[in-house]
Amino acid sequence: MDRPFAITLPVGSSRANHTGSWRVERPVYVDRLPPCNDACPAGENIQGWLYHAESGDYATAWATLVEENPLPAIMGRVCFHPCETACNRVRVDEAVGINAVERFLGDTAIARGWRLPEPGPDTGRRVLVVGAGPAGLSATYHLRRAGHAVTLVDGASRLGGMLRYGIPAYRLPRQVLDAEVGRILEMGVEVVLGRSVDDIAAARDELGADAVFLAVGAQLGRRVSIPAGDSAKVIDAVTFLHRVAEDDPPLLGRRVVVYGGGDTALDAARTARRLGATDATIVYRRNRAKMPAHAEEVEQALGEGVTVRWLSTIERFEGERLLIEKMALNAEGFPEPTGELEELDADALVLALGQDTDLSLLEGSEVHVADGVVPVAESMMTDVPGVFAGGDAAPSDRTATVAVGHGKRAARGIDAYLAGRAFERPARHALAAFERLNTWYYADAPRTHRPELERVRRQTNFEEVVGGLTEDNALFEARRCLSCGNCFECDNCFGVCPDNAVIKLGSGNRYEIDYDYCKGCGICVTECPSGAIEMVPERI
Amino acid sequence: MTETRVHFYQVGSFAVGNRLLSDADRTVQASPERTNSLDAGHRACQGCGEALGARYALDAAMRATGGRLVAVNATGCLEVFSTPFPETSWRIAWLHSLFGNAPAVATGVAAAMRAKGRDDVRVVGQAGDGGTVDIGFGTLSGLFERNDDVLFICYDNEGYMNTGVQRSAATPPTARTATSEALGADPGNVFGQGKDLPRLAMAHDIPYVATATVADLHDLERKVERAMTFRGARYLHVLVPCPLGWGAASADTVRLARLAAESGFFPVFEAEHGVVTGVRRIRRRVGVEEYLRPQRRFAHLFAGEGRPDLVARLQALADANIQRYGLAPEEE
Repeated sequence: MDRPFAITLPVGSSRANHTGSWRVERPVYVDRLPPCNDACPAGENIQGWLYHAESGDYATAWATLVEENPLPAIMGRVCFHPCETACNRVRVDEAVGINAVERFLGDTAIARGWRLPEPGPDTGRRVLVVGAGPAGLSATYHLRRAGHAVTLVDGASRLGGMLRYGIPAYRLPRQVLDAEVGRILEMGVEVVLGRSVDDIAAARDELGADAVFLAVGAQLGRRVSIPAGDSAKVIDAVTFLHRVAEDDPPLLGRRVVVYGGGDTALDAARTARRLGATDATIVYRRNRAKMPAHAEEVEQALGEGVTVRWLSTIERFEGERLLIEKMALNAEGFPEPTGELEELDADALVLALGQDTDLSLLEGSEVHVADGVVPVAESMMTDVPGVFAGGDAAPSDRTATVAVGHGKRAARGIDAYLAGRAFERPARHALAAFERLNTWYYADAPRTHRPELERVRRQTNFEEVVGGLTEDNALFEARRCLSCGNCFECDNCFGVCPDNAVIKLGSGNRYEIDYDYCKGCGICVTECPSGAIEMVPERI
Repeated sequence: MTETRVHFYQVGSFAVGNRLLSDADRTVQASPERTNSLDAGHRACQGCGEALGARYALDAAMRATGGRLVAVNATGCLEVFSTPFPETSWRIAWLHSLFGNAPAVATGVAAAMRAKGRDDVRVVGQAGDGGTVDIGFGTLSGLFERNDDVLFICYDNEGYMNTGVQRSAATPPTARTATSEALGADPGNVFGQGKDLPRLAMAHDIPYVATATVADLHDLERKVERAMTFRGARYLHVLVPCPLGWGAASADTVRLARLAAESGFFPVFEAEHGVVTGVRRIRRRVGVEEYLRPQRRFAHLFAGEGRPDLVARLQALADANIQRYGLAPEEE
């Protein structure tokens, strides 16, 4: 070596000095599970599709979305968005309007005619799906993607199940429903409408189905015995909404009382208003805080002139008079009768006291029924091999989104069953908790609210109440996403390293730590906005 | 200082980069093409704020001057950890002479360039707070007074950290150092002493004076670029937390710099020809306690019953800064 005495390194660099040897902990890039994804009953990769929406690449965003859920325009309207409740941004300002962006993507896809992915290569297997509601449609889509043939059977005359016959058109316009259902049918599905399956084993044999998915919903309105005169008009909410959906609304008169406190009660009362009722009154036995209906639905109903008698039960319905008894909450929060009675004028009473599943098709089969629903394993399989159940027919929260999630999981369960594999749920990352974020870096940006149809207009027609976002708004809203637990390439780690030990790999490829020089100070971890780096002890 | 914040994408312009911004709107540090004026392999402690500040400032100066830059360094941590013979971490033209004469050497380099007709080559002098506010102050004041064409940058970590954490005239009151022990009725550094160098620089009526921290990169880079648009003496004072001397976690360097600014304890502003022309307003105001508590040099203010009286006096200093420069957040 031709170097002067005592000089061991070439002058002009310190790079031979590998300071990485000082380290006792090393930073490691991780992906964590964003709380929105964690909370989504349909298992959507919300952070994943928002990431593409942020750059205005709606086609990729939509394609990422429909990997999990083929009904974004519907879900963007009817889902009660537990994702937004879980959203970490709640603790910064307001939750990201995920549902509104989902709807925007769904509507954009319909307007531009984007198509679902092609079906998978034919497996030669056939699955019978009973019920064309959200669970059945979701299962059909995922089964077709796996290459299985599907026979979709429904007793109604049109597809959609409760999406069509339970949810009023002002919440879900029918052209949206038809567009998203039609797109699934384009994948090649054998559809049998107007046919009730009454013997599951026989139907399975007749159609040569290798597996069955039961998604029959909860279509029976629960009734209670209320003493009523002969002339009293009493109808259950499911039947009422079903007839309205079929353009055959029953005549209820001008004063309609709805009994119950769930979303269906609100749907019934708001529908009655639109059919011309001057008074639509909900009678509910507990108070507003205890009401199971979703708060924004209650808000919208009250805004449309629906009135509510809180803490009341119905005693008797005679002629045009309804006798209601006032209740009081006891120490445990349960309503107790007070003996105080009141009269209410009413032309008709709509009962919205819950729904039951018609499982008569399982009579004589070996499928076990408990508490009016079908117990299922994690794969959604019942105790009869090859028979799966989901949606309202299985134990669940009974929302459309849960049904979509059931449909997907059942399709995966069926796929595993047909292949003779054990069903395994994909591994989940650790949760991206708020405490791991560095929210300093996020720009202040309050939420964009979807416009609502002005009240007077919406009391008399079935036009959609909640409007959509414009493209500008949707983009803004998507960009409010904190990208919890997932790198979005803000360059912070690359910038804040005092030792130049972070290597930028270029757009879309994130970063890499240069462990030759990383001293393990941890600044990159502290300053990562999304909490996508963590320190792990160095093995010494 | 009327920088437009980008409001519409996640991190706007608070983070180093932003995949949806044009390259011109990102920081120099976001670019893989940055100079890395101070290269890897240097021997600064883990989480060194000064190493970070020096690379930030010099990379920005390199971009602003198209790479025609000479840096003159005073003795101090920055010089010691970057150039143990025969290594050097500097990837720019760099000189070191003595502790107290860096401003004078910088003046000499600028004069030499002028004599050679090389107006295109710009000169940066740099030092820690000891080399600036104490030992180098005489020559620095001379540089200001003559309005020599030098940008002088002070990386302020509030003490002589290289030699074992002794007090400097930039050490804040109550801070424990090896020469201001946390003992007696008035523990740590005394109140009422020390020098506010940015204001002293302003008093020289030089073209440009600015303060910055390593917690706001966009602001720091913009000030370096702004400084390079002037000819004559310019002064940039950058707060660079020192994990060793401050007794702080190495991961908290940037966070502490941010808290210093957000509490008002370290005012971030800029001035031209002796007049304040812009301030970086506080975004999420915090009390000084939030800034002081993570630092062991202030531990005696919080041990046992603590010294709320002294914390209150420090808060009063921060409040006075907020008042003097108008740092209060916009909504207040």
